[in-house]
Amino acid sequence: MIMIFGISGPLLFGQLLLGLINGAFYAMLSLGLAVIFGMLNIINFAHGALFMMGAFASWMLLNYFGIGYFPALILAPLLVGAFGILLEKTIISRLYKLDHLYGLLLTFGLSLVIEGLFRNGYGSSGLPYRIPNILQGGTDLGFMFMPNYRGWVVLAAAVVCLGTWAIIEKTSLGATLRAATENAPLVQAFGVNVPRLITLTYGGGVALAAFAGVLAAPIYSVNPNMGTNFINTVFAVVVIGGMGSILGSIITGFGLGVVEGLTKVFYPQASATVVFVVMVIVLLTRPHGLFGKAA
Amino acid sequence: MFGFSRAQFIAFLAMLALIIICPFVLYPVFLMRVLCAALFACAFNLMIGYVGLLSFGHAAFFGMGSYVAAWTMKFWHVDASIAIILGGLTGGALGLALGYLAIRRSGIYFAMITLALAQMVYFFCLEAPFTGGEDGIQQVPRGYLFGFIDLSNDLTMYAVVAAVFVGGFLTIHRIIHSPFGQVLKGIRENEPRATSLGYRTDDYKLIAFVLSTAIAGVAGGTKALVFGIATLTDVNSSTSGEVVLTTLLGGLGTVFGPVMGAVVVTSMENYLAQFGAWVTVTQGVIFMICVLAFRRGIIGEIGAYLKLHL
Repeated sequence: MIMIFGISGPLLFGQLLLGLINGAFYAMLSLGLAVIFGMLNIINFAHGALFMMGAFASWMLLNYFGIGYFPALILAPLLVGAFGILLEKTIISRLYKLDHLYGLLLTFGLSLVIEGLFRNGYGSSGLPYRIPNILQGGTDLGFMFMPNYRGWVVLAAAVVCLGTWAIIEKTSLGATLRAATENAPLVQAFGVNVPRLITLTYGGGVALAAFAGVLAAPIYSVNPNMGTNFINTVFAVVVIGGMGSILGSIITGFGLGVVEGLTKVFYPQASATVVFVVMVIVLLTRPHGLFGKAA
Repeated sequence: MFGFSRAQFIAFLAMLALIIICPFVLYPVFLMRVLCAALFACAFNLMIGYVGLLSFGHAAFFGMGSYVAAWTMKFWHVDASIAIILGGLTGGALGLALGYLAIRRSGIYFAMITLALAQMVYFFCLEAPFTGGEDGIQQVPRGYLFGFIDLSNDLTMYAVVAAVFVGGFLTIHRIIHSPFGQVLKGIRENEPRATSLGYRTDDYKLIAFVLSTAIAGVAGGTKALVFGIATLTDVNSSTSGEVVLTTLLGGLGTVFGPVMGAVVVTSMENYLAQFGAWVTVTQGVIFMICVLAFRRGIIGEIGAYLKLHL
């Protein structure tokens, strides 16, 4: 057995993988928050609740309509994204002229409503969601045993994150989006329908959260609180990375997941707080975040 | 007196009269819960209303104050007054440490940082041995105030809580109407200008934060004393959200708003408790209505109607 720093290899790599998985969720969620913030100037507090809705959507698709995991991976983000667009159109768009704090308060209220409704409907104990057959089991990588589903989550999350980055940084749609983030009135003057762009951005960010939710469904039990547990840490991740850069939030998300995983190996008591400790250190040394720009 | 305007003074007297009359009409334990929530909300309002910083982690200070008061009462058998003071000192000390970090950013970042730091405090309380983990600190004796006033009687306890509340309320009002408070409002309106006038705005914000968190600690300590219990609920982020709701509903930046908000929110929790998660849904809906249509809050709307600042 390989030993590294007196820790057995499989244990170390196992925790590293768990860390990468958590990091994948941090990355997807903080990415969505950053994209939404860039366009709407709103911190979407309901992001955790929408993530949870993604998980529930996949559970409902399976149990009510018999639609399996892979179609749900596409359908659930579309459904929840459409719900997000509806929210933006009807409620959130009323707040653009107000202080940013009101957006935060409104979406916080929204998350209470969504979570409360799901708790009423489904209790808080959690519902099981089976790993699809094709991803059952595991693979022996030589240095560790990897459950296939977990490998798939890291892979899928990385692809989606990089895809989002590519759309924003490399396509003409992304260029318009970035331009509108910098100066919305000017872009509108060029004939771009900025309000529609804003709506689509919100829908896209929400769909990203829902996609993360579907990926999370087989790992964590599907329960109404799953979003809240994540979102508080994700806020710390956002503070650490700063919301200035898309690639920055992806790297920060995955990186902090790994840091958390390693802490679980070397000093398990601190694993729940390590992200916040990192945040404190970052605030002391680089108050605007690792990838942030001074406001 | 205390910088009250005429209308505010009348409103204050009306509030005092209600505080005195209510325990003979309503259940004192419920009223004590209202008063603790009201003091907590007033402390929170000091930050959001007068410095313009939204703290989403005030439960950390409330909860730690509550834990320390409960622990010292139960294991050191300190006097009730000492326990409440220790609760306030804990809140203030923690506020100094966390505020030092959080005031480096403003706006929504301040909200996110306070939320994250409070979450850290929550995890600390979950793991630390002295908090009793999931069980919390239970069966804390109310003991005696100043060594001879027996607090086991609900009406006596109520008088003490009312005194703490009125003391805290007047302290906050005095702070707001001091020259220090005027500078805070100046910072809220235009921070760069306050800086250019030579004010060290970060110091002002930090002092305001420490004052606010110390009073939140007092509120937490008092609550622990009343109910003889300190639990994870007190440090939980839902408590942070609740104090935001309370203040928003009553009216941000109004003098009496947080008190009104506490009355409404606590009653709602009391009467809706049997419906389980519907409490959360109702709170969320009220949040959204307040933000969309009712940003001045109850007292703010009344004040606007009467053309008075209440």
